[in-house]
Amino acid sequence: MTPRLQLSGISKRFAATAALTDVSLELLPGEVHALVGENGAGKSTLVKTIAGVHQPDAGEIRLDGELITVPSPAAARALGIAVVHQEPRLFPDLSVAENIFLVAPPTDRLHTIAWKEMRRRAADLFEQLDVHMDVTAPVRGLSMADQQLIEIAKALSVEARVLILDEPTASLSAHEVERLFTIVRRTRERGVAVLFVSHRLDEVFALCDRATVFRDGRHVVTAPTAELTTASLVRHMVGREVSLFPKEASTVGEPLLEVRNLSDASGFRDVSFTVHAGEILGLAGLVGAGRTEIARVLFGIEPRTSGEVLLDGKPVNFRSPSEALGSGIAYVPEDRHQDGLVLDFSIAHNITLPVLPRLFPRLFLHARTEAEIAARFSDRLRVRTTGVDQAVSALSGGNQQKVVIAKWLAARPRVLILDEPTRGVDIGAKVEVHRIVSELAATGLAIIMISSDLPEVLAMSDRIIVLHEGRIAAEIARADASEERVMFAATGQHEAVVAGGAHGR
Amino acid sequence: MSASKAAPGTAPAAARRSRRISPASLARWETLLVLLLVALIIAGTRLSKVFLTGNNFANLTSSVMEVAIMALPMTLIIITGDIDLSVESMVGLAGAVLGTLMVAGLPLPVAIPIVLVVGALGGLLNGLLVTRGGLPALVVTLGTLALFRGLANVILGPTVISVWPDWFTEFGFGTIAKSPIPYTLVAFAILVVVFWLVTHGTWLGRQVFAIGKSKAAARYSGVPVASLRTWLFVVSGAVAALAGIILAARFSSARNDNGTGMTLTVVTVVLLGGVDINGGKGSIPGVVLAVFVLAVLQNVLRLAGVSSEYQGIGVGLLLILSVIVPQLARQTRVVADRARRGRRPPAGPVTQGETTALS
Amino acid sequence: MAASATPGTRSGPGVVGRITGGLGRSRELTLVALMVVMAAVVTVGAPQFLSASNLGQVTAMAAIIAIAASGEAMVVMTKNIDMSVESVIGLVAFLVGVILRSGDLPVPAAWLVGIGVGLLLGMINGAVISAFRIPAIVVTLGTLSIFRGIVFILAGGKEVNLGDLPPGYADLATDTILGIPVFVLVAVVIVSAVGLMLWKTRFGRQVYAVGSNAEAAAILGIRSRLVTFAVFALAGALGGIAGVMWGIYFGTIYATSASGLVLQIVAAVVVGGVSISGGSGTVVGAALGALFLALINNALLVLQLPQELLQAIYGAVILVAVSADAVLSRRHRLGAREARR
Repeated sequence: MTPRLQLSGISKRFAATAALTDVSLELLPGEVHALVGENGAGKSTLVKTIAGVHQPDAGEIRLDGELITVPSPAAARALGIAVVHQEPRLFPDLSVAENIFLVAPPTDRLHTIAWKEMRRRAADLFEQLDVHMDVTAPVRGLSMADQQLIEIAKALSVEARVLILDEPTASLSAHEVERLFTIVRRTRERGVAVLFVSHRLDEVFALCDRATVFRDGRHVVTAPTAELTTASLVRHMVGREVSLFPKEASTVGEPLLEVRNLSDASGFRDVSFTVHAGEILGLAGLVGAGRTEIARVLFGIEPRTSGEVLLDGKPVNFRSPSEALGSGIAYVPEDRHQDGLVLDFSIAHNITLPVLPRLFPRLFLHARTEAEIAARFSDRLRVRTTGVDQAVSALSGGNQQKVVIAKWLAARPRVLILDEPTRGVDIGAKVEVHRIVSELAATGLAIIMISSDLPEVLAMSDRIIVLHEGRIAAEIARADASEERVMFAATGQHEAVVAGGAHGR
Repeated sequence: MSASKAAPGTAPAAARRSRRISPASLARWETLLVLLLVALIIAGTRLSKVFLTGNNFANLTSSVMEVAIMALPMTLIIITGDIDLSVESMVGLAGAVLGTLMVAGLPLPVAIPIVLVVGALGGLLNGLLVTRGGLPALVVTLGTLALFRGLANVILGPTVISVWPDWFTEFGFGTIAKSPIPYTLVAFAILVVVFWLVTHGTWLGRQVFAIGKSKAAARYSGVPVASLRTWLFVVSGAVAALAGIILAARFSSARNDNGTGMTLTVVTVVLLGGVDINGGKGSIPGVVLAVFVLAVLQNVLRLAGVSSEYQGIGVGLLLILSVIVPQLARQTRVVADRARRGRRPPAGPVTQGETTALS
Repeated sequence: MAASATPGTRSGPGVVGRITGGLGRSRELTLVALMVVMAAVVTVGAPQFLSASNLGQVTAMAAIIAIAASGEAMVVMTKNIDMSVESVIGLVAFLVGVILRSGDLPVPAAWLVGIGVGLLLGMINGAVISAFRIPAIVVTLGTLSIFRGIVFILAGGKEVNLGDLPPGYADLATDTILGIPVFVLVAVVIVSAVGLMLWKTRFGRQVYAVGSNAEAAAILGIRSRLVTFAVFALAGALGGIAGVMWGIYFGTIYATSASGLVLQIVAAVVVGGVSISGGSGTVVGAALGALFLALINNALLVLQLPQELLQAIYGAVILVAVSADAVLSRRHRLGAREARR
């Protein structure tokens, strides 16, 4: 059988880093092919190369046996390559229907846009997806999950020969994932080749016929999923057995931060918990469950609507991060590039930014003092660098994350909130971040760790709070915690039902 | 020049910063300005014997001092990624309020502080609408550009106030004890020292740069982004009011159209000084150099017999060129890199300019 | 006009949206209601407001501003701004006057030259902005000054007087067809044409797309630099038409004519509901905004209030309009989020 899409010998470099090295991949008509690998393995680069966003430095692409080049995303679409990108890229001011048909809108006799026809076709697409969506509403204000569904509808709106789904399920509910799978299977029956990029391995086994594993920009293995197991997949992905750094035993001390019946405008409601000195509290839950929103309220970025926060038993209400910082609360945000670092600044300037007013009460900077402080904290976290004068934009993801943590340590906080501290960080740096967090807890810091990485939450937390749709669904002690218990709570299922073996809602 | 006297200790710090911010480009930009200034001075000397006289120096400097002092806070505002288009109208409003208060019988030493407070309040309005209201600075200050001018119209109407105390007009165009140094230049020099120290020597300046490079990261690092931006607008308003006072003194007149068109020149000086219109980059010494480049250029054109009405073309061209040239340099660097590596770069490395037009 | 009156991106609000954001969703209706109330109040104070000659005055000026504002609206939709439009109007008005004074060209040809020059000036703006990827505010602030300087050179210290122009030339401003002023007809035709283009053609939708999310537009293969260029060129041509009409309306044209007009044009655009952050709004809204400002102007006149207030009112209108937009869109966003719970 002629492969629908055949990539051979594809290489791609960005400046000094090789993103893809001589990779080959075949997608057969009517198969769902999984592409798995760790962060940084080159999955997204490959997707973008097929989608015409990037041009390969070497190698060739064949579609149904014909040699093709994909100079632009528009060209990809013209060739019948439909892509659902990881992050929705929609037009907030335009309607849902127009977002789907912007490039090739249905037209009437005068070659002008036929709005009614467009809305009808958009509504049909969502009906296929079994999703209720007002296609005339503007996209602004819709949730991530809705936006993802619009991207999927967009991909389905063209007669695709190849359908690429780049981590499409990250923000979907269980029901929506199930609907998506049904659609994908139906698409497969029409002879479309589907490339499914995911790091949820259960989904890979549930949906895919074959799987390809990438590691460090290279092809490792391609095999039918029937011949693979979760364990073997993971082994191919990391190339070695993984042992996450388990939390060191530390004495849990006095209650430091108490949250009572806290609510905000839209993210979470009636949340109560306590964190003690020396304790790591894990906050688990699906994306959009309200975890980040809680952190943002605690750090004074967003206002709360009701409830109380007590620090050392005294009520506090921060109206800005600088106030929170002044009382000893630090927050390592989820989006390192956007919120965590000033990328153009040097390591030293990033580390001292939060503490400048305390470091130099007389307003004037002193370069040597600054460099010393920065060097102390960057050494303590073992940031690999040529010196604290180096721009953080030149560092790897893991080292950048260490700089973010160093920055907050310099502020000497008592409560440290970490939001997805190891996302996009390679495995070695991940273990180091875990070691650091564990050491920090041992020194008496109260740590709240938000993470979607279940093994990480289980390995690191003294206690786990699971959020579901803005409310606390479960509180699980370390000893009782298992991936299943956390996952069931996070998806809003009751354990009794689980015991009965029922799936879905 | 006054600039070189400022705080020797901070100069190397400033230089270090600029090297790190944009690999050597800023330093080269300032060298370019020095060369330009020298060329203009040579041209002026060739053009007329008058050029190198002390009298001419006093003229050429005092003619740009209003613009010069307003360029200092504008530099910081543009570094944070905002802009203040309303300054020229605050110049008019300040003159109108000052003149009206004086005519009403208030002594100037009392009226002047009141006018400065009016300026600060106008700036506060800008700042609050931008930071608390979450509105783009461009539109807010376009609104107050009309509003402040309108208030000047309402206060003065067609009246021209042209009788001022001697000491006041002497401050406007006189020089210190027969030297060629205008009083207003001294005022400018003092402000330069303050702004230079704050921008390049204190953590307030560091925070301003951090805001310009990433508002989100600055906020998450505990930088009081909103209040700092608000304060910059307040300072800009107060300094614009001071410029209005100086202008009234120099022309010994307060009219409702004082300062019309000045915003353009202020923004031109700031961008000519190497400040990035997209925020995050810039230096006070560069802007000070640009002030003198503009002053000498205007003087040379006047000596060459070019009427001031036509000089608008020159200022407009200068504004556009001072943004095109660094942008062009950046683009050729990208193209050169591309050629060297023999392939196209990843999508979207030079899109900065496109996204920030209104925000 | 009917088709373009439907807001391009705001059609068919959901129930919650209709309640929370009703006011913001139809800025056009809000403006019409406001103007009716204002006209009623002014008529009580000064009955001559409703006289045909006064209404002719109001609408003629509104027509000129509306045409320029529809160009500016397109520019703002792409998240840019054109500060130079007042100099384009001034330059074209003056140039057409000079050509007619010389008598070298017949009137329609002079108009075409004027509109062509407007287009050219717009193309210069668009070319510099899109070729060098420089913020529009910088470029158009520069050309605002440069184009005005050209008028000064053209004028050489002299103005164009009514007496220099063909006899009866200025009457065009007050002529009517079937009782409707010609200027109003011209404005309605032009604004409708631009509105239809934005609503029904692919290029029109790309204007919204580029302003709404430039990055996503680029990924879809929309050539945003070309769209930006085209929008500035169109705004220049529309400025040229407004300039021709300005010359007809005033007869006597100075080198400084139309100075400061950009504030009124931008005020018309924002009060007409075109979002300053790009991607939404309609030219019909901008045209209604122009009419609204002309009404305020005229109300001051007939009520014998000081004209000095006008500039301050324009400023206040800009500030109130953008603040209202911000408040409404914030409320709408919260509403949308709440609706999903």
